Amino acid sequence: MSAHRSLINKLLLACAAMFAFGFALVPLYDVFCDITGINGKTDKVAAAAPDRVDRGREVSVEFLATHDPAVAVDFAPETARLRLNPGELQLVSFVVENRSDQPIVTTAVPSVSPGEAARHFMKIECFCFQEQPLAPGERKLMPVQFYVDPELPERFKNLTLSYRLYRSVGQRASR
Amino acid sequence: MSTQVTGTLDAHGAAGRPRDHDHKPRGLARWLFSTNHKDIGTLYLLFSLAMLFTGGSLAMVIRAELFQPGLQFVDPHFFNQMTTVHGLVMVFGAVMPAFVGLANWMIPLMIGAPDMALPRINNWSFWILPCAFAILLSTLFMEGGAPAAGWTFYAPLSTKYSGDSTAFFVLAVHLMGVSSIMGAINVIVTIWNMRAPGMGWMKLPLFVWTWLITAFLLIAVMPVLAGVVTMVLTDKYFGTSFFDAAGGGDPVMFQHIFWFFGHPEVYIMILPAFGIVSTIIPTFARKPLFGYESMVIATASIAFLSFIVWGHHMFTTGMPVVAELFFMYATMLIAVPTGVKVFNWVATMWRGSMTFEVPMMFSLAFIVLFTIGGFSGLMLAIIPADFQYQDTYFVVAHFHYVLVTGAVFGIIAAVYYWIPKWTGVMYDERLAQVHFWCSLVSVNMLFFPMHFVGLAGMPRRIPDYALQFADLNAFMSIGGFLFGLSQLLFLWGVVRCMRGIGDKATDRVWEGAQGLEWEVPSPAPYHTFDTPPVVK
Ligand code: HEM
Ligand SMILES: [Cu+2]
Repeated sequence: MSAHRSLINKLLLACAAMFAFGFALVPLYDVFCDITGINGKTDKVAAAAPDRVDRGREVSVEFLATHDPAVAVDFAPETARLRLNPGELQLVSFVVENRSDQPIVTTAVPSVSPGEAARHFMKIECFCFQEQPLAPGERKLMPVQFYVDPELPERFKNLTLSYRLYRSVGQRASR
Repeated sequence: MSTQVTGTLDAHGAAGRPRDHDHKPRGLARWLFSTNHKDIGTLYLLFSLAMLFTGGSLAMVIRAELFQPGLQFVDPHFFNQMTTVHGLVMVFGAVMPAFVGLANWMIPLMIGAPDMALPRINNWSFWILPCAFAILLSTLFMEGGAPAAGWTFYAPLSTKYSGDSTAFFVLAVHLMGVSSIMGAINVIVTIWNMRAPGMGWMKLPLFVWTWLITAFLLIAVMPVLAGVVTMVLTDKYFGTSFFDAAGGGDPVMFQHIFWFFGHPEVYIMILPAFGIVSTIIPTFARKPLFGYESMVIATASIAFLSFIVWGHHMFTTGMPVVAELFFMYATMLIAVPTGVKVFNWVATMWRGSMTFEVPMMFSLAFIVLFTIGGFSGLMLAIIPADFQYQDTYFVVAHFHYVLVTGAVFGIIAAVYYWIPKWTGVMYDERLAQVHFWCSLVSVNMLFFPMHFVGLAGMPRRIPDYALQFADLNAFMSIGGFLFGLSQLLFLWGVVRCMRGIGDKATDRVWEGAQGLEWEVPSPAPYHTFDTPPVVK
């Protein structure tokens, strides 16, 4: 019956739309997190240099490094903790060492907590912007140059920047 | 609506064909190829009963292991398979198909339609289900075992750390989803297009209304579930990184997508039960339902709100405070329409001349115990409190009160209420009363102490626990075994009716019963309402 047909078509369309919506949630989630910075993701591209330094207050930044246990590396920050003024440029390094006899290509995924402070965490240069190849046994210093945006709300006094190191997706696929 | 549907038939509205025209195919072919809504309803209900006992056996394994602290019978990995498959079987195999079965049987009878709108789709949507569950349950016997990531299959548990049963699991969920969507389309088209003349929207029985709204929820969220299991599949086997941070994905996103489906899903499992209770209470209180319109509006607003509260499952994932507050207030808002419903049920009984046959007893237990589950839900909705309760037995207590003493009690009430119409014989009231009281006592022994051990910090989904929880766990396990055994009484009662043992049921069955389904003979003939009745 045609009354049934048209209703069925509409309902099937609704199903298809909701299926698509499920997948649309993926980019939407990224955009939403990007705008609000709520899941601690930092920008993947270099920020502009700071235009002023706020000498009036200090923020402490801690550094953490972890890695996927399936990747045979040692990975640690050189500096555990820093105190700095918002707007002040800093350079810290992370040390990574390939403990295997295979070349490894790594990606590091950064995260800032509290998440809402992530968008005030400005990186001018970061090893996480690119994949990092490691020869067998290679030890490497990986720098991050960053500052904390002077616009950072007053309530944030302690920030944590953490990295988790993985084998790059490309290398995983080719293995 | 000031009067309930009286559903009187006019002069030419024959209620059913005479018995001798009651053709139906015989044997296995009747069931395999049936397009008759009553046959398919029966199939759904029997399938659901089988799944209730299957899922129940898995729960017995869980309770046996938890009877004492330490590891007794099963290893932790197998324990995780038990909790996972128990949850999946109960949600998708027992509760949801039972409601679809009731919809199949009752919606055409209640709206005066000769059958469901799409009979062949109906046949398919049922027969897909046994296939889906055969696939899911077969993983229990495979190397590596069944899925063990919980019925919520959070990534990366279901992606990185899962076994090869994941592929079977994803296929099974897809099939269940297809079945539910076809069922939902069928329900909507039936209600939309096939109401008897005079059956206006505001005359629809509440069971029909709640199912209509449930069907829309199914259409809206089952495709999202299909999407999220597909992402799990491709993450695991095809190198995508939806939930894998290494490739730019985010495991927390899994929870957002899953619970966008998951919270409406819990209402899919309760709204039809609201409809059932709203049908049974007026019958045995011998008064029309109090506040019909407000019931419809409350159901619709619960359905709407269910889309914007999913974050209450994720308070501890590190959401920003504003988002947590939003989800907290939105969640608490749901208590308002839910409260309206409870108020209306109680008001319906107020000064009614009540009798307490078993469908009424289960409905009364539903009201009290579901409300307890609602209250623990409200406690869980309070962010700081949830930080303590999250992932403890308190959550288990909450959702078993709303699902077992809510949804399952509603289904049992419905079966006792309508089984005389289905089989033509009355169930054994004494046996059923014993079933009720055994279930009532044991279900509370089983689930009530879970509130306490949960508040004291016993985590869920763990096969072992600290010594101080030992006594209560032994007590709960005993309650669990008793509850399991009590359901054998239910099985016995149902089998008796199916074999035609018992007093012959009258057409109206219940003195206070209202609605078109009671206008047809008992048992309901194979074909009913070939000529539509006219509803005044
Ligand atoms: C007043 C109404 C309700 C409120 C305020 C409420 C609130 C909540 C909250 C806050 C949680 C998350 C607890 C946690 O994980 O920490 C939860 C879990 C749950 N609720 Fe409810 N709820 C309500 C009604 C229902 C109903 C009607 C059902 C189903 C019929 C239901 C089924 C569930 C289930 C299955 C879970 C656990 C999911 C899991 O983690 O496995 N709830 N509820
Ligand atoms: Cu929820």
